[in-house]
Amino acid sequence: MIQAIAFYLFAIVTVAAAAMTISARNPVHSVLWLIVAFFNAAGLMVLAGAEFIAMLLVIVYVGAVAVLFLFVVMMLDIDFAELRAGFVKYLPLGLALAVLLVAELVFYGVGAWGTDSLQLARRVAPTPEAVPNIQAIGDLLYTRYLFVFEGAGLVLLVAMIGAIVLTHRQRAGTRPQNIARQNARRPWEAIRNVQPPVGQGVEL
Amino acid sequence: MIGLTHYLVVAAILFTMGVLGIFLNRKNIIVILMAIELILLAVNLNLVAFSAYLHDLVGQVFAMFVLTVAAGEAAVGLAILVIYFRGRGTIAVDDVNRMKG
Repeated sequence: MIQAIAFYLFAIVTVAAAAMTISARNPVHSVLWLIVAFFNAAGLMVLAGAEFIAMLLVIVYVGAVAVLFLFVVMMLDIDFAELRAGFVKYLPLGLALAVLLVAELVFYGVGAWGTDSLQLARRVAPTPEAVPNIQAIGDLLYTRYLFVFEGAGLVLLVAMIGAIVLTHRQRAGTRPQNIARQNARRPWEAIRNVQPPVGQGVEL
Repeated sequence: MIGLTHYLVVAAILFTMGVLGIFLNRKNIIVILMAIELILLAVNLNLVAFSAYLHDLVGQVFAMFVLTVAAGEAAVGLAILVIYFRGRGTIAVDDVNRMKG
């Protein structure tokens, strides 16, 4: 009972937040609604018993992607009212297509689907009993899917380098750190041992 | 336990919201990227729901990889957006036709 209430609460808030995300006037509000949607989707995943993915969703999406969106929205000085032109024009057709799409997905996709013909004995990695979700995923991820996992790491590395290379620019008039020159500097170029007589200063 | 169908319906609605978002905000590429994130979230919800109800962990492992690709896509997409804005001073999708080939 409590599970059903939680499910419907999370589901309704997720869908409502998604609707606000795509219809909010201010993109900053869009990002904040997106965060609400991700939190509630994480709640749905916890209800389904996938704690690891739920926590990953909160950490990666809310902690990284949403903040990235927020950063870009606030960094760029854009007239967003101008970009909203055509919103009302496309609204009727868009809503009609959306209703059609969701009806198709629900009635012909979900409705026609059934577990009857599925051979559950042919599962690839049956969920082990009495093992926490995180440990079960780790057991699978670091053994059978090790290379795919490293490939995912490579994807992130390439994305990081790509984002840095794309947005980095050399600006004139700045004095950036010259690492090669710093490394080439030796003690005898920088320090000098002197023995000044008593009562006299040091000639620099 | 909640039926699988419930999850699938929520994911279907979420997916449609994403598609509708792309359709409605045709000029604002930031909201289009957010709508793509919504679509990927719906896909992840489907993967997790099937994984939970078929008692097969591969769905959750795959959802993790979808998450990875989504994070990379957001980072590179926003980087492209930033350099595009630097060059043009606008992010309207309509006039992204400088490279006509």
